[in-house]
Amino acid sequence: MLQDYLNDYWPIAILLLLTTLLGIVAIGLGYLFGPRRSNKRKNAPYESGMSPIGPGTRQLPVKFYIVAVLFILFDIEVVFLLPWAVIFKKFVDEGLGNFVLIEMIIFLGILLVGYVYAWKKGAFEWD
Amino acid sequence: MLYSMDDMFNILPTVIVVAWATALILVEAFLPKKYKFITIWLTVLGLVVALVAAINQHGIEAEAFNGMLVVDGFSSFLNILILGSGILAVALAVGYNKRFGFDRGEYYIMMMFSIAGTMLMSSAADLIVIFLALELMSIPLYIMAAFYRGNVNSEEAGMKYFLLGAFAGGFILYGIGFVYGATGATGLSQVVTAINGGVDSPTFLLVGAALILIGLGFKVAAVPFHMWTPDVYEGSPTPATAYMAVGAKVGGFAALIRIFVVAFPTLSTDLVPILWGLVALTLVVGNLVAIAQKNIKRMLAYSSISHAGFILMAFLPYGDAAVFKSSVAAALFYLLAFAITSFGSWGVVIALEKSEGKGLLLEDYAGLGRKYPALGVAMLIFMLSFTGIPPTIGFAGKFLLFKAVMEGGYYGLAILGVLTSLFSAYYYLRLVIIMFMKSGEPNIVSDRWVTLVTASSAVATVVLFMVSTPLFAWAEQAVLKLF
Repeated sequence: MLQDYLNDYWPIAILLLLTTLLGIVAIGLGYLFGPRRSNKRKNAPYESGMSPIGPGTRQLPVKFYIVAVLFILFDIEVVFLLPWAVIFKKFVDEGLGNFVLIEMIIFLGILLVGYVYAWKKGAFEWD
Repeated sequence: MLYSMDDMFNILPTVIVVAWATALILVEAFLPKKYKFITIWLTVLGLVVALVAAINQHGIEAEAFNGMLVVDGFSSFLNILILGSGILAVALAVGYNKRFGFDRGEYYIMMMFSIAGTMLMSSAADLIVIFLALELMSIPLYIMAAFYRGNVNSEEAGMKYFLLGAFAGGFILYGIGFVYGATGATGLSQVVTAINGGVDSPTFLLVGAALILIGLGFKVAAVPFHMWTPDVYEGSPTPATAYMAVGAKVGGFAALIRIFVVAFPTLSTDLVPILWGLVALTLVVGNLVAIAQKNIKRMLAYSSISHAGFILMAFLPYGDAAVFKSSVAAALFYLLAFAITSFGSWGVVIALEKSEGKGLLLEDYAGLGRKYPALGVAMLIFMLSFTGIPPTIGFAGKFLLFKAVMEGGYYGLAILGVLTSLFSAYYYLRLVIIMFMKSGEPNIVSDRWVTLVTASSAVATVVLFMVSTPLFAWAEQAVLKLF
């Protein structure tokens, strides 16, 4: 029983092993063959191109936030579109193609409204 | 899995509100600045159309979307209540938002989405749908609370409401998880079937029910989950406060009543002592702390907490087969009475509010009754109704409520309710004394829509008291099919 259960997870175990190995190999090769010319800027922790040391309550442009929200809008769209596209053929075979298509068009229509709104309000202009 | 157009027709009022609000987003995006008032008129039109559809739908009993939504007397009672409240809330907001410089159409669109969420909550019959509807109701409320951009208090209110609301949402979700774990179902009727068939782990079920109770307790602001209420009510723009005081309560109690009455009647023996404590705490804390308030918005916030206690009190004998019908009907009736009185009193607050949070202290009401007798009398009526003194609808609400609780055999709680009502008379009538006996020179901002709301609420508070018997019969009919 437990054996069967664990058998299902073999691929994940292999994946974990492979990714760990790949990491070790990549870093190890760099360590062995790569040149080492360090300077102050290179040794500083990397934080998306911003200076990592400073006060914690630094102000950021609010535009980053809008970009993040818009990213979620399109990201969720794809998250729902992808499985829909994968099983769409099965629905067509069962004669439910139109129904499922209209469902998706309604969903995209609602997202489109948000997109148009963001566009008209200038959310895509950086300045 | 599939659904047909019949399902859409069964929830027509909700569909109208959602589609209308979505279309209004486009209208708002393309309208030139000069014509922004069109959005407001279209919002009202949409709400009226949905209200007509809801009234038209009254009496229909149906299931939609494979039992995920239920259309019955209960849902149409609450739909009519919340749509009417929405129209009043728009009327309160128009002048205020212009006066304070944030008259953007998005406010009304957000309110429409929140109304749609509340309507869905009143007809949701599946725990997942209830959670989704709760979020649809709450997220626009967070935005409305923070709508006065640049005002620190409003931003604080929005942030606090958002964080605590998300926290409460987590409780509900966790509770749903426990219920699902114990019964293997999320649909309320399947949950009941599973419970009646005997569940393996009754403790999990009880924990789940308690977590859902906590989460919804947050939404309706019952003590000890009320901490956000005074700050959020004080910081939000006053029309948004007026709407959320009623909207969030209607939605929260709709879900509470539907879930517990339909799915958990067998748990009532375990839950009633908890509810008893919750009600007693809410009544005592709400009414006693309100006495200490100097700011009218905070005072009304604590008053709304105490009214949540009263409504919860009616909900207490929900597992008792002999009285649940009249007690749940009393809760619905009280909700209606609270909504009307609340909108009227917030209208008076809006009429006196000045920029920078001025005009909100109780002293600022000194002399109001002499300088503006009509407004003073209206506020007097609302305060009498909140206290529960005839001839107001608040009296009818409290009378029916105490009657239902006594029939349920909770004499101690009924006595506590009457006692705390006496306490509440102190702070409600203190405001009346300040208005009529003290001298002062208050200035009101004239706004015909606010005047209209205040006047019609005052009239309704008295007139609906006269017809409270048929109104209560309507509420009783609404809960008839719930069981």
